[in-house]
Amino acid sequence: MPAWLFTFVAVLAVLGALGVILQRNPVHSLLALVLVLSLIAVLFIALGAVALGFLQAIVYVGAIMVLFLFVIWLLNLETEPREGGRLLVKLAAAVLAAMLAAELAALAWRAAPGGAAAAGALHQGANYGSMAALAKVLMGEYLLAFEVTSVLLLAAVVGAVALARKDPGAGPQSSTPGRLEPPLR
Amino acid sequence: MVAPSYYLALSALLFGIGVVGVLVRRNAIVIFMSIEVMLNAANLAFVALGAEAGSVEGQAFVFFVLTVAAAEAAVGLAILIAVFRNRETVNADELTLLRW
Amino acid sequence: MSSELVIGAVKAIVVLLLVLNLTALLLWFERKGSALMQDRVGANRAAILGVGRRLGLPNLGLVNTLVADSLKLFTKEDFVPAGADRFLHALAPFLALFPVLVTFAVVPLGDVIRLGGRTVELQAAPLNAAVLYLLATLGLGVYGVALGGWASNNRWALLGGIRASAQMLSYEIAMGLGILSMVMTYGTLDLQAMCRAQGGVWLGWLPRWGIFIQPLAFVLLLVAGIAESKRVPFDLPEGESELVAGYFTEYSGGKQAVFMFTDFAEVVLVAVLLTLFFFGGWQVPYLYSDGFHLPGGFLLALPQAAVALLGVVAFFVKTLVFCCFQLLVRWVMPRMRYDQLMRLGWKGLLPLGLINVVATACVVVLAGGVG
Repeated sequence: MPAWLFTFVAVLAVLGALGVILQRNPVHSLLALVLVLSLIAVLFIALGAVALGFLQAIVYVGAIMVLFLFVIWLLNLETEPREGGRLLVKLAAAVLAAMLAAELAALAWRAAPGGAAAAGALHQGANYGSMAALAKVLMGEYLLAFEVTSVLLLAAVVGAVALARKDPGAGPQSSTPGRLEPPLR
Repeated sequence: MVAPSYYLALSALLFGIGVVGVLVRRNAIVIFMSIEVMLNAANLAFVALGAEAGSVEGQAFVFFVLTVAAAEAAVGLAILIAVFRNRETVNADELTLLRW
Repeated sequence: MSSELVIGAVKAIVVLLLVLNLTALLLWFERKGSALMQDRVGANRAAILGVGRRLGLPNLGLVNTLVADSLKLFTKEDFVPAGADRFLHALAPFLALFPVLVTFAVVPLGDVIRLGGRTVELQAAPLNAAVLYLLATLGLGVYGVALGGWASNNRWALLGGIRASAQMLSYEIAMGLGILSMVMTYGTLDLQAMCRAQGGVWLGWLPRWGIFIQPLAFVLLLVAGIAESKRVPFDLPEGESELVAGYFTEYSGGKQAVFMFTDFAEVVLVAVLLTLFFFGGWQVPYLYSDGFHLPGGFLLALPQAAVALLGVVAFFVKTLVFCCFQLLVRWVMPRMRYDQLMRLGWKGLLPLGLINVVATACVVVLAGGVG
């Protein structure tokens, strides 16, 4: 990936992430997040992890974010009123997070072998980012972990159904998980 | 070719923004989304370091993060629905039952 | 490097133009073909200066559907309802169309052609992980309709959007399982390699097409594909009798045209996928790289360019057949109820897909295939 393209994608990703936390309408936040996740998929592909980039797009953008969208609708969340009097908290949070990010960035800068100056070629094999290479690791060295994730997903499905369903004893109209109304702005 | 250090810096920046979101926002769904931003920042760091070392294991970790994130989203959102059904709100400031 | 760039750009433009024109053709077939089936006359009014009538040609409605309709739609008032999210309302149709169009980038239209010592793959973007790309772009398609419904500030539209996204999400799983079976069968994620693997014959006469080894996956992909494109009998998101027009209730003019166009582009996409996975893509039965080898032992030699061209033609013929099949379904099926739709998706197609994947895995391992 040429430097100008990386800069473009990186700036867009940062703007998207800012959009996630600054938008007051949850649906707009979600769209900003979709942008960030897609751009991260693009960065994965630029780093040679082609199959993983597409997996990221399939799992995050195609499935998880749609789930978020559904829940936002189900809870009928609307644009939040601008809240006042919490400026100090926000400021403190911003300063602390900036310090954290700076620290992480400085650490990463130092830790990355070769440092910032070395813009040489990456040491990647011929089929580095392919599904075959990824599968070989997942089915070999991490086979146990890979199998455990399937159990984890099953547990998550059962747990989600158990948590989200209505109380079986109650009648059908006793609990209303948000009314289906369009947002009135 | 962009050096992996730049990817790591970007990852740190995204992570910081995610932290601000968790600290500042009061809407539980948006807090959840900020956590996703942080997870993805970590993923980016994994892949960047893996690409630098030429090892596929960075990608394998991201694969596991993806599955865990999917499970976490399903359960977390289900919890939010359950909370909303009982309290009619997902504002983190009003969900203080466990505070003492 | 720069000639590579030029070839890539030309391929991209050619693929895009082919898709757009095929889609427009389907718009015509939808109206005129349905008229034929229902013993009506169909679109036959508009003409350009009456040229066709003077020459004694029958009016086939081409001017109606391809020129007059689009002129009308794009010159109409672009209405945005009060309280709508203006930005998302404008963005949604294009968010729906874009993923469908970019999916065609990885579709192999034919085998390689040789141009002045250079071998060109007839595929806009030769990609090893083409199937993953396909699934990723299919997943993106949900956002356009979902946000279109939400941004309209209209209850019918929102309900339509919710129905559409729930339906697409449910049937994407069945579709993914069908595609997964094919990936396991051929042991590759590359669509071009998949097409190549479908060349040749079994038993001396049966083409080695995917349909003959994976008939269940074909049914899965066909049903799930029609559901993905939200057409009858799965057109609940836009069910006129319940939801006015579903997620595009509040759309008019050009934006609505884009939504309609997306529906037909999805029909083309599903037809292309069925052709690629199950009917050999650009493979012509008995045609090899040097000519026809007919079952009786006849050999009809052909130059390489002719073989490549025949492949492209075969691909389009197959695609057209499946497009027309999907359009015909519309006029012979009633609409399903929403619970029936969900039952079919989750209790019918999903278990079938899982069984098919497991069975395929067993056969592949027993046959000593991959790994």
